[in-house]
Amino acid sequence: MPQTTNHCSAASFPLLNPGFPDMPMTETKTTVTRPLSPHLQVYRMTLTMAMSIAHRLTGAALYVGTILFVWWLLAAATSKSFDVINGFLGSWFGYLILFGYTWALLHHLIGGVRHLIWDTGRGLGPTEREFFAWVTIVGSVTLTFVIWMLGFMFKG
Amino acid sequence: MVEFTLPKNSKVTEGKTWPKPAGAKRTSEFRVYRWNPDDGQNPRMDTYFVDRDDCAPMLLDALIWIKNKVDATLTFRRSCREGVCGSCAMNINGVNTLACTHDIDEMRAPVRVYPLPHLPVIKDLVPDMTSFYAQYASIEPWLHTKTANPEKEWHQSHEDREKLDGLYECILCACCTTSCPSYWWNSDRYLGPAVLLQAYRWLIDSRDEATGERLDQLEDPFRLYRCHTILNCAKACPKGLNPAKAIAEIKKMMVARQL
Repeated sequence: MPQTTNHCSAASFPLLNPGFPDMPMTETKTTVTRPLSPHLQVYRMTLTMAMSIAHRLTGAALYVGTILFVWWLLAAATSKSFDVINGFLGSWFGYLILFGYTWALLHHLIGGVRHLIWDTGRGLGPTEREFFAWVTIVGSVTLTFVIWMLGFMFKG
Repeated sequence: MVEFTLPKNSKVTEGKTWPKPAGAKRTSEFRVYRWNPDDGQNPRMDTYFVDRDDCAPMLLDALIWIKNKVDATLTFRRSCREGVCGSCAMNINGVNTLACTHDIDEMRAPVRVYPLPHLPVIKDLVPDMTSFYAQYASIEPWLHTKTANPEKEWHQSHEDREKLDGLYECILCACCTTSCPSYWWNSDRYLGPAVLLQAYRWLIDSRDEATGERLDQLEDPFRLYRCHTILNCAKACPKGLNPAKAIAEIKKMMVARQL
């Protein structure tokens, strides 16, 4: 958001200590609308940043995938409209969705384990964090293919 | 608030291309963000050519060369020219770092120079750091004690002193804080990597006696917990510090005190 004025004091920024004295840090009395410096537009994407975005996106995708999965289970349990949804998920488009769901689930799962490790304060060094990012990508893609290959092998 | 695009008044336009220095054998091209508060125009990218045989090796040297020899209106902060003061922090080829410690020869040409990201611009490469400093003040970055003052100084063992390594070196240049997307979207409430690293510096200081109060102040969905381990901070730090690790340690302290 553009900022129109340039006053700031500890009082207008009530974070800590209510006793902290009101401390004007600038005396500029300008009404210029300041531009916001470029951010996403210019910042070079890093691997860990991409992994963070992917973790968000796969997390959001899991909502949709899980609703679909629950729908399939409910249909199977009540046998109402089971043929419809089973037929849909068995089509090439259904397979595509399920394949994406499998990958999203695994990517989010491995990413989640990475977050658990980080929560212990480990794995944040310059080499470990890049290694973890690669494990998440390579691991999730490989496991997705392995699961689908096993699925087709035992499909009967 | 998450806002992926720039406001209308902040969109960057194509600026002026300044003439190449006459008789220069070896030149480098620089594309520099310009904004003048007095002309009512949008920010623009100006192109400059620097005579490398007449200029010292670092990016800051090139900016000073431009200011002295091409365009005296180019505005930027600088002081120590050796990576100690943190004044010349800016976004160079997409990464936040210090202009004074980076060799032009190691940069991909043309070198693109912007002010630190997602801050209000005062002029050219000078962003408004008011809020950043106010956030730093809010963590009360000084020793808090309750016991009576000792006759001489407060003592600290060598082991306890070593816990401050990797923290006390921070020069508050804001490279890490302004590299953090989470800070871009929530800079009004999230303290950001630099200030949290400083907060941890006081939390683990063996002489400080306000650890509990300090943790109380940070126990908040925004101040501390907006860190999503994107890790741009640790990659950006020109002093090689790891704010992400410091934040993880604060989160651990939060859990540990409840056990």
